[in-house]
Amino acid sequence: MTPLVHATTPGGFLLVLATILPVCAVLAILASGPRSAARIALATFAAGLAVAIAIATELISSGKALSYVVGAWQPPLGIALRADGLSGAMLVMTALVVVAVGLFAHIQHGLQTDAGGGRAQTTFWVMLLALWSALNAVFVGEDLFNLYVALELLTFAAVPLVCLDGRAETVTAALRYLLFALIGSLLYLLGAGLIYGQYGTLDLLALAQLARQDPALAVALALMIVGLLAKAALFPLHLWLPPAHAGAPAPASAVLSALVIKAPVFLILRLVLDVAPPQAAAIAGQMLAVLGAASILFCSVMALRQARLKLMIAYSTVAQIGYLFIVFPLAAGSADLPPWGTIAWTGGALQLVSHALAKAAMFLAAGVIAEAFGHDRIADLGGFGRVLPISAAAFGLAGLSLMGIPPSGGFVAKCLLLTAAVIQGNPWLAATILAGGVLAGAYVFRVIDKALAVPTVPIVARRAVPRRLECAALALAIAAVLIGFVPLRPFGFLQIGRDGLNLAWAP
Amino acid sequence: MALFDLALVALLLMLALRVVVEPDERSAIITFLAFGLLLGLAWVRLAAPDVALTEIAIGGGVTGILLLRAEAALRGRGKQAEPATRTGKLAVAAGSAAISAGLGFAVLTFSTPAPTLAPAAAQALPATGLGNPVTAVLLAFRALDTLLEKVVVLLALIGVWSLAPDALWGGAPDLKPAAVPGPLAYLGRVLPPFGVVIGVYMFWVGADAPGGTFQAGTVLAAMWLLVMMAGLHPPPDTTRWLLRLVLAGGPILFLAIAFLGFAFADGFLAYPKALAKPLILAIEAALTLSVAAALAMLVAGPARKAPAR
Amino acid sequence: MMAVLQPGVLFGLCGAALVGIGLFAVITHPGLLRRIVGCNILGAGIFLVFGAVARRGAGPGFDADPVPQALVITGIVVAFSASALAVALLKRLAELTVDDRAAPDESRSGL
Repeated sequence: MTPLVHATTPGGFLLVLATILPVCAVLAILASGPRSAARIALATFAAGLAVAIAIATELISSGKALSYVVGAWQPPLGIALRADGLSGAMLVMTALVVVAVGLFAHIQHGLQTDAGGGRAQTTFWVMLLALWSALNAVFVGEDLFNLYVALELLTFAAVPLVCLDGRAETVTAALRYLLFALIGSLLYLLGAGLIYGQYGTLDLLALAQLARQDPALAVALALMIVGLLAKAALFPLHLWLPPAHAGAPAPASAVLSALVIKAPVFLILRLVLDVAPPQAAAIAGQMLAVLGAASILFCSVMALRQARLKLMIAYSTVAQIGYLFIVFPLAAGSADLPPWGTIAWTGGALQLVSHALAKAAMFLAAGVIAEAFGHDRIADLGGFGRVLPISAAAFGLAGLSLMGIPPSGGFVAKCLLLTAAVIQGNPWLAATILAGGVLAGAYVFRVIDKALAVPTVPIVARRAVPRRLECAALALAIAAVLIGFVPLRPFGFLQIGRDGLNLAWAP
Repeated sequence: MALFDLALVALLLMLALRVVVEPDERSAIITFLAFGLLLGLAWVRLAAPDVALTEIAIGGGVTGILLLRAEAALRGRGKQAEPATRTGKLAVAAGSAAISAGLGFAVLTFSTPAPTLAPAAAQALPATGLGNPVTAVLLAFRALDTLLEKVVVLLALIGVWSLAPDALWGGAPDLKPAAVPGPLAYLGRVLPPFGVVIGVYMFWVGADAPGGTFQAGTVLAAMWLLVMMAGLHPPPDTTRWLLRLVLAGGPILFLAIAFLGFAFADGFLAYPKALAKPLILAIEAALTLSVAAALAMLVAGPARKAPAR
Repeated sequence: MMAVLQPGVLFGLCGAALVGIGLFAVITHPGLLRRIVGCNILGAGIFLVFGAVARRGAGPGFDADPVPQALVITGIVVAFSASALAVALLKRLAELTVDDRAAPDESRSGL
């Protein structure tokens, strides 16, 4: 067997750009002062989106993963970047959500009386850009320590977003979030150290070939996965998420819920699939699925019980993340079918993307509602659909994806997962998927019901909200629906770059 | 030396436990600082002089100023989390002990011979023109990590600044205590010239001997903090262009040279062989100033005075 | 027995113990400032494990593997930044809760 090594491919430099461009913008803002923040951010959106699309195009046209060896120092001494089909999908999804949220925020900032350059606005732009770099770095990272730095960058960008409004409540949420995230990344770092001590490399591609069943690796993987679970807010480590995500301003909540927690999930997927030896992967997969199912059921019920719209959406995030973890046993490959050939793999990836789009749409719609009425208490929102029809529509369309009702990306995702559960003869997971759908239906319908209600005293907007603001949410919600129509099989996009990586699975 | 090591380990563990159980906040922090200094010794025993310098400068020095200032500011009104129940504490203790045991087991079962990248680093070292392999790892082989980590530090700083009240955004932090103790004022006058010399020396030898940009930057940061705390020179407004330029300058130069690698070397973050050492030294010089400014401002905290208009 | 006394093992075990102590403090200590200190102890333990790994990797001409040592230097700087951000949040929280008692502001529902 010839060992796989990294070699820079044509278009590999795009991975560098995806990681570095937003960081360049952060430095430019720091150097040139707060007043230029919005302009620099908007220019970076265009460039970053173009890079993400170029990466996807290159992946499709070459049919192979993109790689870049940084500074031409070959791993394990140096660091490599690599994007396969799944990474490519993540990069494009991230770019779409960041740009839509950025445009929303730009319009919202324009409504405020004070000129640009203020504390909350400047911080938002800096953190949004840094977060984009961090996410891209996680999605293309191949080196465990490089990924640690990317995770820390993500944490430091996400935490200030939580307490942008500066109230005691949100500062408390931010501090709790920071402590959870720090413990999480430290446990991850510890695992990386053990892996280096055992194998002398931090490169994922090399580890896929070297990893054996031994105690150091088992301890390392357990520590890393637990640390990442704390960051991903899977039940029972989810307690920090609802106050943090609900307390942030709407555009910040949208990126936190849609994107930030996907990074640790993506890394768990890579560790279980690429590094863990088969038996360890199977055990880890079963345990993750149990936690995932508990997340779906418990947090859907919690979502149903929330009085505030944003808290409801935040609990829904924890529930929807649960679906990503029941993928593990369902996508367990066999001798002739690698995990990424299974329908559960495709279903999981679709769930990841469609949840990101739908959840961002929901938080933006909730932001419009709060902007218009000055509060987000669900009970007092009767008839809001007449005042804000576009936002109500956005919320409803996004809700389709969460419930798993056609036409939507969430429907295809959950349908694939359900089919996989039935084929595998796993009635518990199948029942959980169905129950999660019903509960999501209940909490989404609670809001839609309010939107369509005809209250005795008609609800009045405290202030007018421009249509453009509502359209950003609607665009994301429509994207979440459209993703259900993307033909999956002929594309094989999610399988690009996975060949030859099945070493850990079929030794 | 084994006896010395055993005593050191025992002392480290005792101090760490003491930090956790000590009821008085201030004593706990001072114990932690002693722990940090001893940790520097452990790093010397681990043949890691570069890390020892970093640990003493950051772990014992700047972190000390940070925590002691925090303790003083929070005294009497420190936020308490909900106290853990007895069973909860026992469960966490059991979990922590299990993690320690698992870790210890992993440490004892590491594969032998130990895998190492030392020969690979030795082989690649001449291409960088440097003599200190740790500096070569930080600025060449794994320069991407170092670059991103610089951004992490700046991001933390902007995060800290963002905690100022709206009206004070862009203003200056306040480091001077209400009454400057005599010794502090004296130190603030006497120490900085020596500190700056030590910092410059550490940066200069870092290319070939232990030391380098982080250690030098931290020493400079400590000196600047001393000057500000003694009230000799007030902290600058955070919108001051000179401050912003120093902060962003290091990473910007790093990035510029990284991008030039596309045109003149083997790609992003690669150095042309003939120029590797001077380029790395230039990056280190700019980074040292950036690190110094960033660490000092991180300790200084968010703005406490409205910006000068 | 002698193998355990080598720095590459002994300090690794010390790191493992520090990780447990730090973890316990950061999860259970009632004082939030002490939790931040606990986080630093946890970090110190982790870095010592890296240091032990580096020491084990000594080779001809090298007392230790420089790669983990460089990672620790990066890690220490990141850990300090995290402490600074946490301390700033904690101080801000203390200020806000004092102000709140003076002028309770419950009308805003949080947007």
